[in-house]
Amino acid sequence: MKILAAFILVLVLAAIPYAGIQYAGMTTVFGIIIPYAAVIIFIVGVVYRIVKWARSPVPFRITTTCGQEKSLPWIKQNKLDNPSGTAGVVGRMALEILCFRSLFRNTRSELRDGPRLSYGSTVWLWLAAIAFHWSFLVILIRHFRLFSQPVPHFINVLENVDGFLQIGIPTLYITDILLLAAVLYLLLRRIALPQIRYISLIADYFPLFVIFGIGLSGVLMRYFYRVNVIGVKELVMGLIAFKPHVPPDIGTLFYIHLFLIATLFAYFPFSKLMHMGGVFLSPTRNLANNNRMVRHINPWNYPVHVHTYAEYEDEFRDKMKSVGLPVEKE
Amino acid sequence: MNLTELMTDRREIVLKQWLDSITASYSAHAASFFKQQKNRFANPVGHTIEETANAVLDALIHREISTATRDALDRFMQIRAVQDFTPSRAVDFLSALKPILQDAYKDVLRNAELCDEFLLTASLIDSMLVISFESYAKYREKLYELKVNEFKHMAFRLLERANLTFEFQGDDPPGDKGISDNETVK
Amino acid sequence: MAEELKKDALVQIDYKPPKKGWMDTPVEFRHGTYIYPARAKNLKYLDLPNPREWSPTDEDWKLPENWKEIVINGMKERLDKYRSFKVYMDICVRCGACADKCQFFIGGGDPKNMPVLRAELIRSVYRGNFTAAGKILGRVNGARKLTTDVIKEWFYYFYQCTECRRCSVFCPYGIDTAEITMMGRELLTLLGVNVNWVIEPVANCYRTGNHLGIQPHALMDMFEMMLDDIKDRTGIKIEPTFNRKGAEILFITPSADYFAEPGMYTCMGYLMLFHELGLDYTWSTYASEGGNFGLFTSHEMIKRLNAKMYAEAKRLGVKWILGGECGHMWRVVHQYMGTLNGPADFLEEPVSPITGTKFENAKSTKMVHIAEFTADLIKNNKLRLDPGRNDKLRVTFHDSCNPARAMGIFEEPRYIIKNVCNNFFEMPENTTREQTFCCGGGAGLGTDEMMEMRMRGGMPRANAVQYVHDKHDVNRLTCMCAIDRATLTTLMEYWVPDVKVTGIHELVANALVMKGEKERIVDIRGEPLKEEKGGDNV
Repeated sequence: MKILAAFILVLVLAAIPYAGIQYAGMTTVFGIIIPYAAVIIFIVGVVYRIVKWARSPVPFRITTTCGQEKSLPWIKQNKLDNPSGTAGVVGRMALEILCFRSLFRNTRSELRDGPRLSYGSTVWLWLAAIAFHWSFLVILIRHFRLFSQPVPHFINVLENVDGFLQIGIPTLYITDILLLAAVLYLLLRRIALPQIRYISLIADYFPLFVIFGIGLSGVLMRYFYRVNVIGVKELVMGLIAFKPHVPPDIGTLFYIHLFLIATLFAYFPFSKLMHMGGVFLSPTRNLANNNRMVRHINPWNYPVHVHTYAEYEDEFRDKMKSVGLPVEKE
Repeated sequence: MNLTELMTDRREIVLKQWLDSITASYSAHAASFFKQQKNRFANPVGHTIEETANAVLDALIHREISTATRDALDRFMQIRAVQDFTPSRAVDFLSALKPILQDAYKDVLRNAELCDEFLLTASLIDSMLVISFESYAKYREKLYELKVNEFKHMAFRLLERANLTFEFQGDDPPGDKGISDNETVK
Repeated sequence: MAEELKKDALVQIDYKPPKKGWMDTPVEFRHGTYIYPARAKNLKYLDLPNPREWSPTDEDWKLPENWKEIVINGMKERLDKYRSFKVYMDICVRCGACADKCQFFIGGGDPKNMPVLRAELIRSVYRGNFTAAGKILGRVNGARKLTTDVIKEWFYYFYQCTECRRCSVFCPYGIDTAEITMMGRELLTLLGVNVNWVIEPVANCYRTGNHLGIQPHALMDMFEMMLDDIKDRTGIKIEPTFNRKGAEILFITPSADYFAEPGMYTCMGYLMLFHELGLDYTWSTYASEGGNFGLFTSHEMIKRLNAKMYAEAKRLGVKWILGGECGHMWRVVHQYMGTLNGPADFLEEPVSPITGTKFENAKSTKMVHIAEFTADLIKNNKLRLDPGRNDKLRVTFHDSCNPARAMGIFEEPRYIIKNVCNNFFEMPENTTREQTFCCGGGAGLGTDEMMEMRMRGGMPRANAVQYVHDKHDVNRLTCMCAIDRATLTTLMEYWVPDVKVTGIHELVANALVMKGEKERIVDIRGEPLKEEKGGDNV
């Protein structure tokens, strides 16, 4: 049900620009107004969310330690999994963000038994997650070709690397395939594993379908139904120079692509996709485990009722004296 | 072909169906985890289910309930006794095997000789069910015993001391006062 | 009973669970899986809200009239105070990496024991009340209304979490279910929905300084017995001091170590070790509890109970504090104490008076873990040890959750164990260190009415012990936590009856060669040092 709802929602979303362009010719709306609006929502929304998070203080240093602490000099500390200083924390966060280290932890296993090949879904989860996020990034960077004139050298290099297989004309980008395959895997995994399906919300399927739609429309544009790339670049350059104008005959497919991207951008700040920012703010990962070395300050630490020694002694003085315990007041 | 050969022959089919049926007694979410995670330390329940199922099929093939069979059933019952099962539900995985076997061998069951052998198989299953129930009851009792033991551990020394107090003083009620009085006497 | 049978008639073998979403599956309170509620007198003593007598099986939980408002305001306050809570409410992508990491899910299979779903119990209410999308879209966006059924669900599942943080290790964003559970329990505390197994120790500890409510004179009595036992076994009469001003070190350990088996043997180990070293230290009857069940109640309660440690150290004028083997106590000491009740500027940076080693990792909080202390002694050859005295023991080591995942103290205990006994075997890799399994009884779950749930949650741990027992004949499970010593004992009795539980310093006590001791023929438990062999008279 949830899956179907998310799927239909994305179909409807894709149909909107199709109808708008095909039948109403609303190129300004879909080429200029909506992209601008989406970017504004994205920036304002993301900043708002991050500021909102950052305004809540971190009252305690609650690092999750995954390796040996720094203690006696002859005991080897695990500086990445249990950092005691900034360098270690940066290293830990880098591993976390660039390599999804914690997710990878799932895969470490041994003594598997049974005659059959082990299922190992967790290995695939890590792989798919890595493939998905990195492909997404590379594709995003490749798109900078449309944002810059002249095209920076590194983008050409990246494109060459990405297309090193040299298959087909235009050259097939590996990341295109990886992205679609990874999204598909993540989607199927969510549907196929009962325990994951049970915890999934529409908000989990929706972004996957949107991203798949973006990828698919992009692939179709590049490899099958060519659109007017010169026109696309003109449009994009106009948008970023704040002199927007819409060149004619770009192709409806492009507007679908653009609209889905706009949807993703506008949806981003309201959704779990904010994990991109949140991962940097997770107190169990971004703090050094040096609690006993450096005092962590809690800005709202307030006085509480305690049971003082004096109250304790008042209650038990006679009994304490009877067994020879020293007392403050006789 | 006799039943032993047939059983060996179709073991995998029976095993698969039976495992499905056993894990189906848990929630669907747990069932898929129990079936799929093959690391015996990450998934002790699934591992035990598979071990037990295999041990039972071994017993049927060799027509003997060995110590290994009993141990396997016992281990499984140890687990079922602490999960959300009523006593009947805890052991009914064995009755579930019969229809699965019936289904797997329906083509050959018309053969009178095999049918006799199959009756033996059925009674073996019944015996194992009884054995399982014994184990189940044993572990349920054990749970209650543990509660008592825990209390004893916890207050072990307090009780010991309190008892000592009674010996000296005869009829003092137990509790804090008792210890304190004893202290002053001393 | 009859009804139960009817419902579960044997023929119903193709049983399938109802195909409803988790939001539509209310909690069923089944004996053995929930803890009895807090008694009114205990809540009253602590000035906690809504003291009353009630039962989880009651339809009406006698919540305060404006309970919804209390919960929502309580959530708002905590969202503003804790970035952890706020971020963890927002960023979970429900990837499911944590799903099969919880020992309660592994052992029982209840989907709501998957950490992600445990957190969703609160997240759904958060979405419905604090996010625009949730307010507008409602269930479509995973939001739900706050009802009494939700409160019942929270009570059930937040007291089926041992705050062990195993799931946090595997989460790509480090989302910490312990943090969520702690918030959930704080909110429940606002309504007076507490469990007695936590609140009674809290009340006792507040008043008498320790969980069992042992009064000072009785405490001395317990020590007297332990000292008699030590004399009986070693020939040495030890005379520790209590509440002594001017001592160099204040020693604090969980009270379970001096009133319960097998913790007392560990406590006897401390006494013998300190005596042998001639350590200038004192015990305290006021701060006679290392454990802090405040951690299982609320952050405020952590502070209220923990305050005693520094207050007593200050009053007695000691230089620094040494802490015994405990799990959650060390979570509090390591991650909360300095922040809540520091700065400890009246203490000095800890230096071992025996070896001169500076404990630089404790220079701010000024409290040293006994394993760090003893490992340093052994490394510097300050102890005469005869590991052969532990030869009848075949030992494995259970990393307790909090020292493992909130401190990372892995090598020190292993170093000590390897020096005091000859037969040490590790459990499989994915069950130790940061991946260690919980005993199933932490965070205030270790009570007898929870027995079934505890045996379930402890099964993965027991299973790994079973493995080394079968493979290496292991007969002793060492741990560094008072709750472990109590709950693992029961766990082993159920799952692996041949394995007994022990603290590290019990092993040290056995191996420690003391000046002027008599020939040791029994271990610290009073059992023969060597296995009795047919007819041999020991």
